[in-house]
Amino acid sequence: MKTIIKNCRVFNSDKSVIYIDDGRFADEFSENEADEVIDAKGATVLPGLVDMHVHFREPGYEYKETIATGSAAAAKGGFTSVCTMPNTFPVCDNAAVVSGILKKAEQAGLVRVYPIGAAGKGLESEELAEIGLMKEAGIVAVSNDGKPIATSGFMRKVLEYSADFDIPVLNHEEDPTISGGAMNEGEVSTSIGIRGCPTAAEDIMIARDIILSEYLNIPVHICHVSTKGGLRMIREAKARGVKVTCETCPHYFTLTDSSCENYDTNFKMHPPLRSEEDRLAVIEAIKDGTVDCIVTDHAPHHQDDKEVEFSHALNGIVGLESSFALCYTYLVKPGIITMERLMDLMCYNPSSILKLGRGGMDKGDDADLTLMDLENEFVFEKDKMLTKGRNTPFDGWKLYGETMLTMMKGKKTYEKLC
Amino acid sequence: MGLKSKDLLGMKQLTPEEIMEILDTAKTMKLVISSANKKTSHLQGKSVVTLFYENSTRTRLSFELASKYMGSASANISATGSSVAKGESLLDTARTIDSMGTDIIIMRHPQSGAPHSIADKLKASIVNAGDGMNEHPTQALLDMLTMYERFDKFEGKNIAICGDIYHSRVVRSNAIGLAKLGAKVSVYGPRTMMPIGIEKMGVRVASSVEDCVKDADAVMGLRVQLERMKSSLFPSVAEYAKFYAITPEALKLAKPDAFLMHPGPCNHGVELPTAVYDCEQSVINEQVTNGVAVRMAVLYLLMARRNNL
Repeated sequence: MKTIIKNCRVFNSDKSVIYIDDGRFADEFSENEADEVIDAKGATVLPGLVDMHVHFREPGYEYKETIATGSAAAAKGGFTSVCTMPNTFPVCDNAAVVSGILKKAEQAGLVRVYPIGAAGKGLESEELAEIGLMKEAGIVAVSNDGKPIATSGFMRKVLEYSADFDIPVLNHEEDPTISGGAMNEGEVSTSIGIRGCPTAAEDIMIARDIILSEYLNIPVHICHVSTKGGLRMIREAKARGVKVTCETCPHYFTLTDSSCENYDTNFKMHPPLRSEEDRLAVIEAIKDGTVDCIVTDHAPHHQDDKEVEFSHALNGIVGLESSFALCYTYLVKPGIITMERLMDLMCYNPSSILKLGRGGMDKGDDADLTLMDLENEFVFEKDKMLTKGRNTPFDGWKLYGETMLTMMKGKKTYEKLC
Repeated sequence: MGLKSKDLLGMKQLTPEEIMEILDTAKTMKLVISSANKKTSHLQGKSVVTLFYENSTRTRLSFELASKYMGSASANISATGSSVAKGESLLDTARTIDSMGTDIIIMRHPQSGAPHSIADKLKASIVNAGDGMNEHPTQALLDMLTMYERFDKFEGKNIAICGDIYHSRVVRSNAIGLAKLGAKVSVYGPRTMMPIGIEKMGVRVASSVEDCVKDADAVMGLRVQLERMKSSLFPSVAEYAKFYAITPEALKLAKPDAFLMHPGPCNHGVELPTAVYDCEQSVINEQVTNGVAVRMAVLYLLMARRNNL
């Protein structure tokens, strides 16, 4: 199978044509030899995006999302690689569940799925999960995401044992003894009478994990940072050589807790939307390199889980299909960061932290790519999403950066119908 | 005449003019309550349902009497003894009531924002009778009526509120409503019961009961929610009574003609010594009467809006 993509701009290159042969980037060949010639009409070819933090809900919660629907959503968002969090049912804390996820992902065939195993059995902070056996089955990291690793003692064990297998540890940062609210604690939560989750809950656990990482000299990756204080500590730790990396999400630099004023549960997630001061700090940290990755924390929920009282509604929003456009529109287009930096955040850094080996666009590399229209504004509509979830706060937003085409190993995984 | 919105969700949604219209209407309605024949035809042919997911004596009974005095068909549903106990969702329950031709649903719910989440999906008017820690607008309105009967105007008046500020929807509604009319609200309570950022709602956080009450035109005690004891927000009832109660001595620091309010139910000897509860300045029982009057006014003005459309 030989494919040509012509009339394109190519990221980090002055080429305007891409040649793909047998699923890999190739040297020039003639259009006569090609099985398909795609006219990109001036759109931009980027390396396939990597999202190291998604929830695909299978096994166990297929009514919210399946690996197949999540994969379709990922492809539509321009992603060719995603890492799935282990809070499924049963929990992904053993090799059998890992193998099952990989099998379903292969059947779907729309995105590379790299499972993340639980750090503790059953996502509890009691007994270590079988991290070695899960690595053999295919995990790329461990995390108890959604249920923070509650005690310093267990976190130390997880860091040390995972290091034996060269498995990165990703932690959701939230001290449960000071948390427990449904939104950010502050003037908005006070005004609307919702129990708050203070920034201190996140900051305290980030501090602990930096201390442990530094003490043990073992890397730690901080999930979805939302606070000014957390980012300041990560910045300082990096400056003195601590092996700490971190991620944030598009909603933390586009939204604040004032969006919760009408009790719309599509603005409810953990960590919660913070204050304007925190939002600006997230942008600053993206700009100065403190933030390593932008992830979606794609968390599809059924309407039955969201159309309820705010405090009862489940946490999380979908994000795969809006992430690139939000990043492009709010970070690159206004000149806050360059496209090169965005590709570090959305492709090269996550690939490097988890040793996935993705993002190559040289001859012989797997042809994982996405074609983005950076020129024309489009309206993001929730009813056009391919995820099963409809829980997006971005319905109706006007954005730039619509996906035209996504290819994984030279195979079309998404194509916008013109 | 009438309210602008289909629903009464909170003081946040009311304009100063609407608040004054409710208070003025309530003064008239109060005449009905004190008359020999407590019957008007303001709500004749209308149906009113109370849907309570939490316990209540005053609020529920006063809404029920208010609607009956005005001639409506009224019915009550509580979370126990209905399909709620079978796990029916709030929205489904509300739609069921709505589908029976109900004009007004009066709702109390333990979750903040619960009435807001269903109001747009129903034909009936929703009256918030208390949602979690958010608002209790008719309580604030009856408190304000009680003040209005004693003040010529709200502007510049000092209102002191002492107790569990964090969990109190009464405080939030009063703070918002009183600020809209130009009164100055001071609050005091244990720091463990003082929500972050409360001053952004336009209230002053006092440093002691005395500091809070000093020069007040009206003083309000709040119920200590003893069910919160297990979360250790304060160590003991005895300690609370010693450091946070409104004592007769503290009350003397208020203006000479100041009066004492409490939304009830009261824990005698905890937030108020019984001597204070029963003191000359106490208007607690009058608040209850005003509760019926204000609720009559609210129900009437919601229906008047509909007739205007």
